[in-house]
Amino acid sequence: MKHLLSISDLNKSEAISILDTATELARVSDGAVKKLPTLRGRTIVNLFAEDSTRTRISFEAAAKRLSADVINFSAKGSSLSKGESLKDTAMTLQAMGADAVVIRHPASGAAQRLADSEWMSGSVVNAGDGTHEHPSQALLDAFTIRKHLGMGGSDLAGLSVAIVGDILHSRVARSNVLLLSMLGAKVTLVAPPTLLPVGIHNWPATVSYDFDAVIPHVDVVMMLRVQQERMSDLFFPNAREYSRYFGLNAERMANMKSGAIVMHPGPMNRGLEISAEVADSARSVITEQVTNGVSVRMAILYVLLAGGALEVGSN
Amino acid sequence: MSVALSAQDITRALTRISHEILEKNQGSTNIVLLGIPTRGAHIATRISSIITSIEGTEVPTGTLDITLFRDDLRMRPPRAIMPTKIPTSGIEGKDVILVDDVLFSGRTIRAALDALGEIGRPRTVQLAALVDRGHRELPIKADFIGKNLPTSKNQSVKVLLSEIDGRDEVTIEEEAE
Amino acid sequence: MTTADFLIKGASLPDGKKADISISNGVIASVGSGFKGEAQTVIDGKDCLVLPGLVDLHTHLREPGREDAETVLSGSSAGVKGGFTAVSAMANTSPVADTAGVVEQVYRLGQEAGLLDVFPIGAVTEGLKGESLSEIGAMADSVARVRVFSDDGNCVSDPLVMRRALEYIKKFGGVIAQHAQDPRMTIGSQMNEGEISARLGLKGWPAVAEEAIIARDVLLADHVKSRLHICHLTTAGGVEIIRWAKARGIDVTAEVTPHHLLLTDDLASSYDPVYKVNPPLRTESDVHALREALADGTIDIVATDHAPHPTEAKECEWQEAAFGMLGLETALSIVQKTMIDTGLMNWVQVADRMSIAPARIGGYENHGQPLVVGSVANLVVINPTQKWTVDRDLVLSKSSNTPYHGHELPGVITHTFFKGKATYSNGIVSSTGGK
Repeated sequence: MKHLLSISDLNKSEAISILDTATELARVSDGAVKKLPTLRGRTIVNLFAEDSTRTRISFEAAAKRLSADVINFSAKGSSLSKGESLKDTAMTLQAMGADAVVIRHPASGAAQRLADSEWMSGSVVNAGDGTHEHPSQALLDAFTIRKHLGMGGSDLAGLSVAIVGDILHSRVARSNVLLLSMLGAKVTLVAPPTLLPVGIHNWPATVSYDFDAVIPHVDVVMMLRVQQERMSDLFFPNAREYSRYFGLNAERMANMKSGAIVMHPGPMNRGLEISAEVADSARSVITEQVTNGVSVRMAILYVLLAGGALEVGSN
Repeated sequence: MSVALSAQDITRALTRISHEILEKNQGSTNIVLLGIPTRGAHIATRISSIITSIEGTEVPTGTLDITLFRDDLRMRPPRAIMPTKIPTSGIEGKDVILVDDVLFSGRTIRAALDALGEIGRPRTVQLAALVDRGHRELPIKADFIGKNLPTSKNQSVKVLLSEIDGRDEVTIEEEAE
Repeated sequence: MTTADFLIKGASLPDGKKADISISNGVIASVGSGFKGEAQTVIDGKDCLVLPGLVDLHTHLREPGREDAETVLSGSSAGVKGGFTAVSAMANTSPVADTAGVVEQVYRLGQEAGLLDVFPIGAVTEGLKGESLSEIGAMADSVARVRVFSDDGNCVSDPLVMRRALEYIKKFGGVIAQHAQDPRMTIGSQMNEGEISARLGLKGWPAVAEEAIIARDVLLADHVKSRLHICHLTTAGGVEIIRWAKARGIDVTAEVTPHHLLLTDDLASSYDPVYKVNPPLRTESDVHALREALADGTIDIVATDHAPHPTEAKECEWQEAAFGMLGLETALSIVQKTMIDTGLMNWVQVADRMSIAPARIGGYENHGQPLVVGSVANLVVINPTQKWTVDRDLVLSKSSNTPYHGHELPGVITHTFFKGKATYSNGIVSSTGGK
């Protein structure tokens, strides 16, 4: 596998193998070994044309723990912000000898354009492209769920997950719907009708406008960030009404199944989609998601870069 | 295809290795057994039980996966990573006995030495291998050997263990061209 | 007997009858079997079909302002290779064609190129801003004699402005060609709103944003009794509305592009902006409805919406890319592929949809004439039995944004005649033009 652009690039066994690899790598990171020589001599470029401290640092830590050299290319102050095209940026990276580019970009499809072009020859890892996908986030979410609720199984069969919030604009939702259902979980999307895409009926998920009806039946409540701009774009009247119907507060949390967990890809709008009390509660695995992110991203880099390509003629 | 070691041969060899380990290390008080997955791990477990039945004490036993330290990763598609379990007593100042099924080029053991180096500083590192088939590419030597099996490079040595394969046997096969 | 300039020997007419056609002094001199006489140039019409020269009611020639993408000359060359003898140049140039000065400039450039008739389209509103009417009268009375008015690129979305425009053009015998796209529903839209856009995370352009404007405008045209033309129809719903309007006797005509007869929105899955176009590619069922409507005449004409863009405008992320595809050089082949080879239409109907009807809507008297003695010799000769492969590096347009690169298409155009001169002949565009 050369690139990771979308969850649909993986089949079920490949996804599980990434989770299993991450499990071992996590053990390694927790233990005495902090650094592995596996990607020594490789150069990984973080091409972040959109602000993101959390994801960029996570990929950087992952690459460094595998002894790769990391070059950070972020939006502000870079040639990208001065109007250099994606093509020219990519060709510069190629000239620098990048073995892999981790790209976060505001345009949907940017990662695929980079991978399909002839501008550079390295592997492309999609760290979030517009409103399309964020595969490493879905993998770390699945990893977290499996760790807490998987009961030793390899997949997520029998579990149910609610994803709540701005589904229309969420790349995290798109990747998670694909991955969670691939791993056997039942997915319910909860949102106001204005924040659900028109073409959603074919997605492997059920849809509900009623958060309270869904809460007692799910093992995972995954809250999505709601951007302030959505209010001026007429998606819902105001923050108060959004929170009242779709916010995860203490009352709603009390109705969750025993053992059910709360997740959020971050950054949170405390008070809008999630209350401070819930974010800091025992049910919340939000900070653990961040830790797991490093192990999962190490696994992704390992799978893409450590092996060689299959030789022609070999089986 | 010829059988180099029968089930009984294997049992006798592991019993002898266990005694040799105890002899060289003057007992079991400071040793840690680390098997290299997959089959090395099972052999380490067997040696551990044999030592317990001789000495009456438990020997700290674990596994050391060396995939991430291999020097030949780029030559094949990515390999699955196996579990690494270091016993809670650690390896600092211990006599670590690496256990593997077949000693061949020596590169696996080189990777294991690197892996150990990242974990801590043993007092000594020793190597127990069920089979030594020669053709070393690095200056690596086993301290405890079940059987020396001279082979040619186009032969392959297959180790079967009942824990995984249903029976115990070591065979030599000619590789197809 | 004088020597004819050209003799096309043994070709078929659109209705299938074989005929020899001779051309002299810019007109058709004879049509019939067994031509007796001499001709300067004899063309072997075996396996070929002669159609009246194609007329495009919707072309973007980009000059003035974007000569890096196309010029009147390069666009004319692309046109004659595609079998066109007349193209209508849309007004969204820079400066906008909203004054007599600009339309006369475009007209003059067309005359100088001399390869086909360039009929400038005038903007409906000043600067295409949709607020106040442009100098429609001045443009109509200019040398360019503009009759088709369009803000294409933009929608005339204010209903009052559209009403006034429909009323005003009645004085000049004009027609308003509407680009039907409700701007409020399509802010930042990138592709058809549907399953594919939901999956790809690209902002959708819903069909209703086209249908709602069409519905409003046919009712307005009916109310003020004026002529309306709907540009690049793309939706099954829009087809239904046009059908309803025509049944009520409303004076509306409609066009469809070749690409909307063939391509669908799943092509956006590659995120390759060569498939990014406005209005967007839609679904299989829309394509089906459009083909049926073109066959039964609900859609009156095929118009290319030829939209050249320089490489850098397409070699980037989807949302940064410009909207538009080339169309002139492949139009007839695409129509053959989608309508003739599928048995939905015959060549007589193709001649109507691609020459006679557009000429009538635009008021272009020398075009779309019947293939009889005395008609102006604006003709195209095509061999429908041959195939060709599209190569974006070999197009005559200055730009190369064709969605058909690498595709094999049916129907090779061998000759195009403009006013009796061969402007295109076996792969070569004439350098002296019509002079």
